[in-house]
Amino acid sequence: MLQVLYIFIPMLAAIFVPLLYKSIKNIHTGWFVLAVPATLAIIYASYIGKVADGKVFLEELPWIPSLDISVVSYLDGLSLLFSLLITGIGSLVVLYSIFYLDKHKEKLHNFYVYLLLFMTAMLGVVQSDHLITLYFFWELTSISSFLLIGYWYARDASRFGALKSMMITVGGGLMMLGGFILLYLMGGTYSIRELIVMAPSLVQHPLFTWSLVLILLGAFTKSAQFPFYIWLPDAMEAPTPVSAYLHSATMVKAGIYLVARFTPIFAVSELWVWLVTSVGILTLFWGSFFAIKQTDLKGILAFSTVSQLGLIMSLLGASALAFHGNGTTDTIKFAAFAAIFHLINHATFKGSLFMIAGIVDHETGTRDIRKLGGLMSIMPLSFTVAAIGSLSMAGLPPFNGFLSKEMFLTAMLALQNFDFLGFETWGALFPIVAWIASIFTFVYSFYFVFRTFTGTYKPEKLPHKPHEAPIGMLISPMILAALVVTIFFIPNLVGDTFVKPAVQAIQPFLYDSPKDIDIHVAAWHGEITPELVMTFGIVIVGVLLFVALPKWQVIYQRFPKSLTLNNAYDKIMLGLDVGLNRVSRLYMTGSMRHYLLYMFSSIAAIVIGSLFVKNAFTVSFQDISPIRPYEIILVVVLVIGTAITILAKSRLTAIIGLGAVGYTVALFFVIFNAPDLALTQLVIETISVALFLLAFYHLPKLGKREERMRFQLNRAIVSVAVGVMVTLVALSAHSQKLIPTISKYYEETVYSKAGGGNIVNVILVDYRGFDTLFEITVLAIAGMAILAMIKLRMNRKEKTHENK
Amino acid sequence: MKTNDVIIQFTTKIVFFIIFFFSIHIFLAGHYTPGGGFVGGLLTSSAIVLLVLAFDLNTVRKVLPINYTYLTAIGLLLALATAAFPMFVGKPFFTHFFDYFDLPLLGKQSLHTAMLFDSGVYLVVVGVTMTIIQTIGEDE
Repeated sequence: MLQVLYIFIPMLAAIFVPLLYKSIKNIHTGWFVLAVPATLAIIYASYIGKVADGKVFLEELPWIPSLDISVVSYLDGLSLLFSLLITGIGSLVVLYSIFYLDKHKEKLHNFYVYLLLFMTAMLGVVQSDHLITLYFFWELTSISSFLLIGYWYARDASRFGALKSMMITVGGGLMMLGGFILLYLMGGTYSIRELIVMAPSLVQHPLFTWSLVLILLGAFTKSAQFPFYIWLPDAMEAPTPVSAYLHSATMVKAGIYLVARFTPIFAVSELWVWLVTSVGILTLFWGSFFAIKQTDLKGILAFSTVSQLGLIMSLLGASALAFHGNGTTDTIKFAAFAAIFHLINHATFKGSLFMIAGIVDHETGTRDIRKLGGLMSIMPLSFTVAAIGSLSMAGLPPFNGFLSKEMFLTAMLALQNFDFLGFETWGALFPIVAWIASIFTFVYSFYFVFRTFTGTYKPEKLPHKPHEAPIGMLISPMILAALVVTIFFIPNLVGDTFVKPAVQAIQPFLYDSPKDIDIHVAAWHGEITPELVMTFGIVIVGVLLFVALPKWQVIYQRFPKSLTLNNAYDKIMLGLDVGLNRVSRLYMTGSMRHYLLYMFSSIAAIVIGSLFVKNAFTVSFQDISPIRPYEIILVVVLVIGTAITILAKSRLTAIIGLGAVGYTVALFFVIFNAPDLALTQLVIETISVALFLLAFYHLPKLGKREERMRFQLNRAIVSVAVGVMVTLVALSAHSQKLIPTISKYYEETVYSKAGGGNIVNVILVDYRGFDTLFEITVLAIAGMAILAMIKLRMNRKEKTHENK
Repeated sequence: MKTNDVIIQFTTKIVFFIIFFFSIHIFLAGHYTPGGGFVGGLLTSSAIVLLVLAFDLNTVRKVLPINYTYLTAIGLLLALATAAFPMFVGKPFFTHFFDYFDLPLLGKQSLHTAMLFDSGVYLVVVGVTMTIIQTIGEDE
């Protein structure tokens, strides 16, 4: 119970945020919020020791037992690592946001409610063992991300970015739901653990490939892989704490998490290995290449994030090769380890870089790298942190990025040694692309830090006079930068505590416990390795390219704008918008007559059609009561009343005619022994006549068009069809005896089980109470709609008066 | 145009109460004999409509200062709460309970949670009908 509850603590805490914001004005609301992730981080940290020994913790809370849906908290190496990242980075981000967001100017209650909502969603994603609840939390992360990107909703770019991210990630999420449902159809369970056990038998299933592709679409859209990455740069409109948290450290890694979590199920498939590895490496290259084109500090970091996510993705793809039996070499074991290790490292250095970008923005008023420069002497602390983060990102010692980048290169080099799944021909490409991408990574890392902090200082271009950020704002990036350095010196401690348990979750068949993973991280292997040679190459070529950057940066202007993915997205959205508008305008004419025509003709077509197709029409003359004179008289009155209503030249006559029809129907109920219906019909009739009288004064006179109605063939056909339909249905309903009527059951149980005597009313409130509940809801909605329509119209009238 | 409506106004003052109490009777008796929340609600509304016709909207609003939108909301909440209540005692949604009691003056009577649900229906029907009539009637 407690372990599941931890997931929901942030959401529950969110309830109090608006209250605190409203009642305590003097203290920044962030200080209260900070307690939530900090407490959770401590709680999750207490699991570290046991999980590192290979233990797992599972707790289940039934949600909808009849549908087999429950909220599950499953803590193993992988989910614990993510939970720690979410709460740990979360604490630092909240601390940073306290200084970043002004307590007087910003809508803090909105911000922190969304942020806490996101925390719950993200914890839910990584801890759910149940596919459906995983999907539920997954979409919740998209929604909270949407709200956070659109936090400054007065800006066009914020709204655009929010919508774009929502469209792409929710679209991918829906694909993923499809994949989950296919998995359920194949395995008969929603539990990921149980599916993993079943994995060998699932491969043969014809739906396996579909499910694999759909789930990967979900992961790729969320983790901003090529070609879906386009939402991430636009998401940079969010406040910087959000970018640091959601769009670099946590949410975009949900896709990575998903791929890692499903590796034991799908890794045996050749398609999985190829898709994940090649999409990953392509994204790595694409992101690093286009990062240099960006002029916005956060834009560079966004593309860099895209690229780094691709790197982790490709490593996870390579790690899936370990499931392909005989070919397993020792080196490929590095892939899974390197993926998780780099994931941790990326969270530390990218988090700090985003915070620095936010600081630069905050202190100078711009993020445009063309206006910045020479800030080193003004903001020495920020520069130090930025340099540490950037050099780590570039893959230089003594920073943690160097270690994971070396391992990445090892894994990529190992790919060319595989002689199956087509790797004998294409495997050699991977280290080459990886090497080129690493060079661009090196260049944009230098570009980011040196263009901002060195070079000529251009104070005339800056909106504010820059100075060093307040110390509170620097605490979080400094902690992260300290981690960047520390991890370099104690990689094996980190490896044993965090990485190995997570690796075991990715490759459960290879190891019995995390301790069996014999990987030792070292900065210096005692000899000149191919990886080290590659790193030297990266540094040399990278420095040359960086120096020559002004000369070749112009090539980015050569790419035609019409061919970009962003343009394709805009075109698709615009096309859908315009096209669908055109379609709805075709039939939404605003004329009530047209709408009634659509409704009646389609209902007649559907009902008569299905009667015909199913051959359901039957007539039986059994159980027919004799026709008495009363009924004949009533029918005559009914027909006359209807004719008067239609043919009347004035409204008053039509209303009286309609009233006559209504009361005659009530009389029918009386002679057929249905007092409840008769009573209701009489009262309804009375009230509607009164309503007509009230509205009578306001209605215009019947127009000339209504007075001389011409005969219209299509309307005549529709009316006759509706009449025929009702008659056929009534006859068939009376005549079919396939199923015994339910009235027997009502008669037997009405007193004993329902404690009533009047079946009609017991049906309304008990047997079919659900219907009644929804009916009164609809009734209430209709009432509110009428109220709103009339009142809103009145308001507009009043306004026009004011304008005069 | 000035109309002389003394007779209708006088009759209404008496008839209103007859219809109103009849509607309450119909509502309460509904579980065993014809009637129920829906008809009861409609009858109550028709009684109020009679008042509106005999006098006018503003007079009726002064006599019965009820916000019918709130009434609708209260009715809907009551119905939903009655339906949802069993979930908190471990029974499925919409389970009704009933028993028979000896009440002072009234003798042996059955008390039924369905009645609470029906009260919700009654309130919603009165609320919606009167909301519609009031808004349309007010609209000049």
